[in-house]
Amino acid sequence: MSNSILEKNIASPETPGSKFFPPFAADDELNAKADRWISHYPEDQKRSAVLMLLHDVQHKFGYISAESIDWVAGKLDIEPIKVVEVVTFYPGLRQSAPGKFHIRVCRTLSCAMAGSYELMDKLCELTKIDRNQATHENPIAVSPCGNYSIEFAECLASCGTGPVCLVNDDFHEAIPAEKANELLAKYPSNS
Amino acid sequence: MSIQYKEGKEPLAQEHRLIFRNIDRSDWDPSMERALQDGYYEQMKKALTMEPKAITDEVKKSGLRGRGGAGFPTGVKWGFIPPNNTKPVYLICNCDESEPGTFKDRYIVHQDPHQLLEGMIISAFAVGAHVAYIYIREEFPAAAHIIEKAIAECHEKGFLGKNIQGSGFDLEIHIHRGAAAYICGEETGLIESLEGKRPYPRIKPPYFPAALGLYMAPTIVNNVESLCHVKHILEMGGDEYAKLGVARNTGTRILCVSGDVKKPGYFEVEVGKVTMRELLYDMCGGPKDGREFKAVIPGGSSSKILRCDETFKIGRGDDAKDLDFWDIQMDFDTLAACGSMAGSGGVIVLDDSRKISWVLNNINHFYAHESCGQCTPCREGNGWMKKVSDRIASGKGTPNDIDTLESIAYQIDGRTICAFGEASSWPVEAIIAKYRDELLAETSEANVVKSAEQLEREKFLQPV
Ligand SMILES: Cc1cc2nc3c(=O)[nH]c(=O)nc-3n(C[C@H](O)[C@H](O)[C@H](O)COP(=O)(O)O)c2cc1C
Ligand code: SF4
Ligand code: FES
Repeated sequence: MSNSILEKNIASPETPGSKFFPPFAADDELNAKADRWISHYPEDQKRSAVLMLLHDVQHKFGYISAESIDWVAGKLDIEPIKVVEVVTFYPGLRQSAPGKFHIRVCRTLSCAMAGSYELMDKLCELTKIDRNQATHENPIAVSPCGNYSIEFAECLASCGTGPVCLVNDDFHEAIPAEKANELLAKYPSNS
Repeated sequence: MSIQYKEGKEPLAQEHRLIFRNIDRSDWDPSMERALQDGYYEQMKKALTMEPKAITDEVKKSGLRGRGGAGFPTGVKWGFIPPNNTKPVYLICNCDESEPGTFKDRYIVHQDPHQLLEGMIISAFAVGAHVAYIYIREEFPAAAHIIEKAIAECHEKGFLGKNIQGSGFDLEIHIHRGAAAYICGEETGLIESLEGKRPYPRIKPPYFPAALGLYMAPTIVNNVESLCHVKHILEMGGDEYAKLGVARNTGTRILCVSGDVKKPGYFEVEVGKVTMRELLYDMCGGPKDGREFKAVIPGGSSSKILRCDETFKIGRGDDAKDLDFWDIQMDFDTLAACGSMAGSGGVIVLDDSRKISWVLNNINHFYAHESCGQCTPCREGNGWMKKVSDRIASGKGTPNDIDTLESIAYQIDGRTICAFGEASSWPVEAIIAKYRDELLAETSEANVVKSAEQLEREKFLQPV
């Protein structure tokens, strides 16, 4: 598959968060990490490493771009479409830049009972995020300043301490709407 | 020597802690050094001197049933590897923990990774696996680092790698991260995901993982908690372990209580030794002030809801008896006899402040979002159930909607590739069966949407 077809399918529109992430470039470090992941699977099953490589890409570059899909496919000796089908399936993989701090609020029953929808509303109000811009394909809404983005997640396996959320890789429990301010203060816009 | 726990996190008197013994200890950390001080890896050393089959026999004797959802006997599952097998065998630890209401594996992998690793080394030796994977959900990034560190520590000590402790046994354990899809918890979906594909569950038969699993080789998939139990079974001996709990429901298990109770939390108890009353009143402090318990979802959101004012007829013939909701023992067989299941141990409690249509709608949103989309009844059915329950919950439903919902649910279960079909339709079936009146009361004839033609036609009809 040529790059242009890929780009049509993986559009990756610019978002206010784009400025916080470097453009995709596979440096030695990324390559070395990829080689290590690949070594964890049988030699004829390199494809197994696809999620591990994509996580590294997303962690560093914010989202999965068409270019990065080409790189992953090359690393694993598979057609890019095989990577695309993975990227488009998993809710944990993004195709456009989130904010610098990406917030995932648990939406599922126990957290909803504890007030996670109220927390979501409060966080959107404080960060000026308009969730109407989110769609099924692209469930992430980014704040105008690009510092924050938000989406609902399904049960984060801490139902006894809801409402819970993840901010990038940090887990926060027992955050009712009244504590939304406190939570955001840990992730200020000038940091 | 008594163990010191963090303040407010002390185990209750009703608990019996094996797996969670070191969770929330004030003098604990996830390092190898700390684990060794507590006698970790002694059972592994013992296991490596045993015959692999003898370990499987101990696990069979222990009566251990899987803690991931289905409650299948672990030793029996291990025995399904074809005896004449020549392919490599794989062991996979299922750490996807995504069933709503379940929060137990989280604490093991964050606080006590070495317990899991020791359990896995013993289990891998027993089933003859030289490569094992821990499939961990993406939403546990910290745990992924903790386990990786623990694996590295095992290599330093010679507990992993080639010729472990001079036994001639080789084993590598690798971590594999998911990407926020519930269906990766289903074991064949998990295997597809590990192979680098979309996690589409496989058709069983023929794809029983123990015979045709990862890379079409025999594969044992076990839950985190199940694998941890193996260490304790070896330590106590299968027979001794089987004395914990009740007949056919042996050992301990972790119950996770969330929702409308005063003190939600996790409790490790002997299986079947605690009743619903003890759990919700004595251990969780009862209902919130001014509230009454309404219903309980006893084994993760996929299990059928139980009303707190129900009585169940259980047993057959001379053994038949009435069982009050509050006297239900929290074990696999009793909950199954009550028409629900013990599932993953996630107990979700609802009080009288909860509208059942809202609860149903929340659950439907989950399953509509998580269906993998392979089977038409599941993909379309869950989408429609969500739309219909959206309408009911927003007060725009008609009485017919309840029947529509019910009919969709019954067209899903039993007609799909994987058990997600049942997981998503059972909650709807049970909620409608038990709360039809309440749901009906929220709908109105006046909401019926009629086409222009229908309205035109009705002008000429006699009013009923
Ligand atoms: C839709 C679905 C989701 C599941 N999710 C999980 C899960 O998150 N964790 C888990 O351990 N088992 C889960 N299971 C059960 C697994 O398929 C499998 O039975 C289990 O991992 C076997 O381990 P055990 O025998 O130790 O319980 C799920 C099953 C289904 C049908
Ligand atoms: S039942 Fe649902 S989740 Fe399972 S394979 Fe079919 S579509 Fe996928
Ligand atoms: S419901 Fe939110 S963590 Fe489980």
